[in-house]
Amino acid sequence: MQEAMIKRAKELLADGTVDRVMGWKKGEFSYDHTPAVFTSAQELDENFVCDDFTSANLSKYLVKETVRDGKILAFLKPCDTYSFNQLVKEYRIDREKVYVIGIPGGPKLDIEKIRAKGITGILNIRNENYTLKIETIYGVSEMPFYEAIGVKCESCKSKKHVVYDELIGEDGEVLDSNRFDMVEKLENMTSQERYDFWRSELSKCIRCNACRTVCPACTCEKCVFENPDSGIENKAAADSFEENMFHIIRAFHVAGRCTDCGECSRVCPENIPLHLLNRKFIKDINSLYGTYQAGENTTDKAPLNEYKMDDCEASIVHERGAE
Amino acid sequence: MQRIGVFVCHCGTNIAATVDVKAVAEALGHEPGVVISQDYQYMCSESGQYLIKDAVKEHSLTGIVVCSCSPRMHENTFRKAAAAAGLNPYLVEIANIREQCSWIHKEIATATEKAIILGRAAVAKVHLNAPLTAGESPVVKRALVIGGGIAGIQTALDIAEAGFEVDIVEKEPTIGGKMAQIDKTFPTLDCAACILTPKMVECAQNDKITIHSFSEIADVKGFVGNFTVTIKKKARFVDETKCTGCGLCTEKCPMKKVPNEFNMGLDNRTAVYIPFAQAVPKVAAIDPDYCLMLKNGKCGVCSKVCSVGAIDYKQTDKFVEEKYGAIVVATGFNPIKIDKYEEFAYNQSPDVVTSLELERLMNAAGPNGGTLLRPSDKKHPHTIVFVQCVGSRCDDENGKPYCSKICCMYTAKHAMLIREKYPDTEVYVFYIDVRTPGKNFDEFYRRAVEQYGVHYIKGMVGKVTPKSDGKLDVQAADLLANEQLHIDADMVVLAAAIEPDKSARPLATMLTTQMDTNDFFTEAHPKLRPVESATAGIFLSGACQGPKDIPETVAQASAAAAKAIGLLCKNSITCNPCVASSDELMCNGCSSCEKVCPYGAITYIDKEFRMPDKTTRIRRVASVNPAVCQGCGACTVACPSGAMDLSGFSNSQIMAEVDAICK
Repeated sequence: MQEAMIKRAKELLADGTVDRVMGWKKGEFSYDHTPAVFTSAQELDENFVCDDFTSANLSKYLVKETVRDGKILAFLKPCDTYSFNQLVKEYRIDREKVYVIGIPGGPKLDIEKIRAKGITGILNIRNENYTLKIETIYGVSEMPFYEAIGVKCESCKSKKHVVYDELIGEDGEVLDSNRFDMVEKLENMTSQERYDFWRSELSKCIRCNACRTVCPACTCEKCVFENPDSGIENKAAADSFEENMFHIIRAFHVAGRCTDCGECSRVCPENIPLHLLNRKFIKDINSLYGTYQAGENTTDKAPLNEYKMDDCEASIVHERGAE
Repeated sequence: MQRIGVFVCHCGTNIAATVDVKAVAEALGHEPGVVISQDYQYMCSESGQYLIKDAVKEHSLTGIVVCSCSPRMHENTFRKAAAAAGLNPYLVEIANIREQCSWIHKEIATATEKAIILGRAAVAKVHLNAPLTAGESPVVKRALVIGGGIAGIQTALDIAEAGFEVDIVEKEPTIGGKMAQIDKTFPTLDCAACILTPKMVECAQNDKITIHSFSEIADVKGFVGNFTVTIKKKARFVDETKCTGCGLCTEKCPMKKVPNEFNMGLDNRTAVYIPFAQAVPKVAAIDPDYCLMLKNGKCGVCSKVCSVGAIDYKQTDKFVEEKYGAIVVATGFNPIKIDKYEEFAYNQSPDVVTSLELERLMNAAGPNGGTLLRPSDKKHPHTIVFVQCVGSRCDDENGKPYCSKICCMYTAKHAMLIREKYPDTEVYVFYIDVRTPGKNFDEFYRRAVEQYGVHYIKGMVGKVTPKSDGKLDVQAADLLANEQLHIDADMVVLAAAIEPDKSARPLATMLTTQMDTNDFFTEAHPKLRPVESATAGIFLSGACQGPKDIPETVAQASAAAAKAIGLLCKNSITCNPCVASSDELMCNGCSSCEKVCPYGAITYIDKEFRMPDKTTRIRRVASVNPAVCQGCGACTVACPSGAMDLSGFSNSQIMAEVDAICK
């Protein structure tokens, strides 16, 4: 796969279709790849990587890239194409300036899941028939592949690319995912249990802002949390309630636009299941206004941006609201 | 430094009985920036206003908080008082301590505490108020009346009389509405058609009035003084400009088995039809559901017989766009469907009819030429039972909770007319109450009882059972005599509840007007602004606002016309300066605001910006047209980056209020 991608990227660079390539570059270790822009065949050969650890969603980087002149090639996994579409819809990405190659999706691995098994000093990880051979400074460890897949891949919603100029590999289908199971579990809790759950999760937050930085729906020119005029800028953690509110405010900001790409939970150093907040919104939107998938296309009106005759009445929301 | 004056109103005992106003004035006097805080019995009175004006001058106030009733009542009063004292009127804030406090609380301690909190929020907000200046916007001197029943007709005639152009949009092929179907009118018993049709003709003949019949409202944009309305002219397959209404096509049409809606389906009409003899416009329409030519492409008789070539099978729906300064809603009512009341055997026997069906059965243009005959065997009925309140004042979901208001009177009318014309017919009326408030109404009802010998029985009909001999067994309770009754009736007449026309709700959405839970339009104030909707420039006429009889409908129709004329007389209206604007540096260009704006006030432009690194960049940013913006604030909520803000209700002002409340 990686070879095919590098080959195609070089061709497109050579024939002038694109000037730059958006992909992932190798990190210091075999599991810490990061998004990167490549401009030459040499760079591609040296650093381009696509494997079980290239889970980062590249769509958001295209917001900045398409402000620049020229055209860029982007390799997008199925889940990333939803974010891409959503950003095109919001006029954040200039579609004309991107050449999209759809590539097969995950499941991708999460290094934290491997570390959680007590495996440390990791040097290299190989996937042999869905068993991970993990080379460490202490010797070789093994674990099943599926026990190490990332949270976002555990409940994959779609293997289908909703946008591409060409595909490498096969296109898949929208999946019947179990992604709302945990939301349902939370809904069935008493309000005290739910409050306790979120307090215990959100109080771990160190306000590193990684979730916001990585989120493809968070592309504001000036984030309200960084705007002194907004009244809710990065306040010192004077009281824990404000810290907790950060995530709830952020979930409201991306409601109806979040494609459920799962990047927020993937990057959280404290492993807070932030995606559950967004999924609760998605589930409610689906049940109140009919099934809607943000980023499925660039034309559908978003339920929270549209008024229809058959929209549910406020009184119904009220009835369903409190327990 | 702000210098804020706080004025706490007693509103007689309205506020002062539940809120300790002195304590509120005292507490708010300690809020930051407050230099004077006092209470007074009636702030809205002349002397109350002087209190404010004097304080502005004496204490050089920079902001005013009035703790009183809803801003919908007196915000304007206090703004004018401030302006008179030289203070910008938008530096006045109202804390509603009446509707939102004293009226809904019983405990003085809690109500007082809440009043202080509401006042504190208003003080926090007024700290951030900025002086605003209102602009002006021109008024299009043309009115739209939606609905061509007696309400719409009267409103249109009155507006035209004042010299303004007015369009009537009617969904049926003719104007006239329900009144055209009615036989006689209470309490005078004059013929409905005799008093209605001259008005219909007047509409047609008036140069100022344009009738869009067989048309519906497809879209409404804009705002008071400047609405843009798209009217859908439904295909009638007859060229309105050519048809002379000769009726030859209706005579020759071979498709004669179409239920005639004008006669409530009690007889048939042809596929090409003119609803009734006095229809306005007197133009035929082809019913595409029954026309053989339109369905199968075989027939074309009407086209052959039409001497002026008015038939056009290829006609399609047309959309026309018009501009209006004022819109009057007159969408009227319909009787409810009574299929769900199985106990009355409406679906089982043709001799159980609704009151509107009885109107047609008794009407000279009706199915029996004006002779009252049983629908089943066309025989003269000797015993007729009327049932009142079918679906009115009803607790279950089949009916309506309200009183339909007109049924008591029209039933008395029916009973009287039947006894007058057919003295050998016994008439029974089963009622819960007989309600006759209105000029000459009770006299009318008493005539039915005393002079015409109609049997009024307090009690409800439990069951109507069709019998094998064609009679109807009516089982009922006489509550005053406390006995069960069985009446062998020839006919049963059900006074079905009335409900707003089904077109009203989608229309309310388009007009951004409010409705109650029964889909009646809500007036701006139930007592003081009964013919205006809460949306500026939209007025209410007739039964769309609530059940009404003809005299009341006509009175309200003229009142609505007067309000519309008052608006159309102005060359321009003062705009609301509380409009949205976008901070271009923060705008992402995502179009969220554009999508939620109900007024189409937001457009996007590509604009060149100098970036901090001294490069230039073209960015897509939102731009608000302040003349079109109505200050609803939907955009400020939709904007993900907080770039959109509303003057007078800025995000920071609202946050300050929330902070003050949560302190």
